[in-house]
Amino acid sequence: MKTCLVVDDSRVIRKVARRVLEDIGFEIAEAADGVEALAWCRAAMPDAVLLDWNMPVMNGIEFLRHLRQEPGGQGPTVVFCTVENRIEAIREALDAGADEYIMKPFDGDIIAAKFAEAGLL
Amino acid sequence: MTPEDMDLLAALARQRAGLRIESDKAYLVESRLNPLARREGFESIEAMIAALRAHREDRLIWAVVEALTLNETAFFRDREVFAHLRDELLPSLSRLGRDRPIRIWSAACSTGQEVYSLAMTAAEGRDIAPAARFEFFGSDLSDRCLEKAQSGLYTQFEVQRGLPIRLLVKHFENQDEMWAITPRIRQAVRWRRINLLADLSSMGKFDVILLRNVLPGLDPAVHGRVIESLAARLEDDGVLLVGSGESLEGVTSAVQAIAGPSGLFTRAAA
Repeated sequence: MKTCLVVDDSRVIRKVARRVLEDIGFEIAEAADGVEALAWCRAAMPDAVLLDWNMPVMNGIEFLRHLRQEPGGQGPTVVFCTVENRIEAIREALDAGADEYIMKPFDGDIIAAKFAEAGLL
Repeated sequence: MTPEDMDLLAALARQRAGLRIESDKAYLVESRLNPLARREGFESIEAMIAALRAHREDRLIWAVVEALTLNETAFFRDREVFAHLRDELLPSLSRLGRDRPIRIWSAACSTGQEVYSLAMTAAEGRDIAPAARFEFFGSDLSDRCLEKAQSGLYTQFEVQRGLPIRLLVKHFENQDEMWAITPRIRQAVRWRRINLLADLSSMGKFDVILLRNVLPGLDPAVHGRVIESLAARLEDDGVLLVGSGESLEGVTSAVQAIAGPSGLFTRAAA
């Protein structure tokens, strides 16, 4: 079973995303900020990361830059999931190594479609 | 709405545009007509239908028929079809080195996502000869759909249905709360209101015609006529695409299936 790390400081969003991703066959781990997410990745690199942008301690883009420099950190497919919807922000995320990008609000169809687009399904 | 109201609507939709309206789908019809009744200043759908019966005014009849069309669509709907267009069909057309543009027609384009996806595909295909020129056409029965298509403005929800993020970044710009397709792609498409039951002979010839996910909304009695009239608009080696899983078995002998993903046809040898 593929694993997906859901990184978001909102418990509600993590719960919604968990339900959607479990339905399409992922095993889920959760982290509430970038530091926690990085610790998860160092312990066990996931196949996918669903990543919020604005979080305390370490935000999504900083986490992504760190992740891509870790041993094995090129592996996970990273899908941003954020309210940031300016084109400059999306470009910055892609330049930092994101594979796909979801603008909130999202629903199950959008997540499934974007994960398929990123080659995860 | 009474069963008689439904019968009247179904008959008008069938006669004018060949649409298939199932009599048990009153809720669907109501959801499509509600906004129109409001726009036209009627108190209810029933009041609008009463006016329709009383005056048979052509403009209102067409407004009703147009509102009854299906406009479900998405960017890059059926990814394998677009992969085939990008990697096989458009490159092979582009390498024929003709001194005329390659002409592509989305024959019931709804709000434009399909034809814009084609224009983006032609801009992206790595194997497409750089000298090739493309002309894209989008047509629909509904003026309201065409207006939206022509504006090139889509909601955040719409651009997240089927559009890869790299193509969003490359071919769209933020415009207030909407996403605007870039002028380069928007200006590559010509638009026209077309009823597929009408005489299409003034349309010229096309290398590719798309009629995907349209037949299921049309009365089976007009399928043969519509396919034949589109087949007559194909260049000798032109390709007609219908939706995957839509069969033309027994519909007409004017076209024959060809290799590739399901839904590809070419004109049958005379």
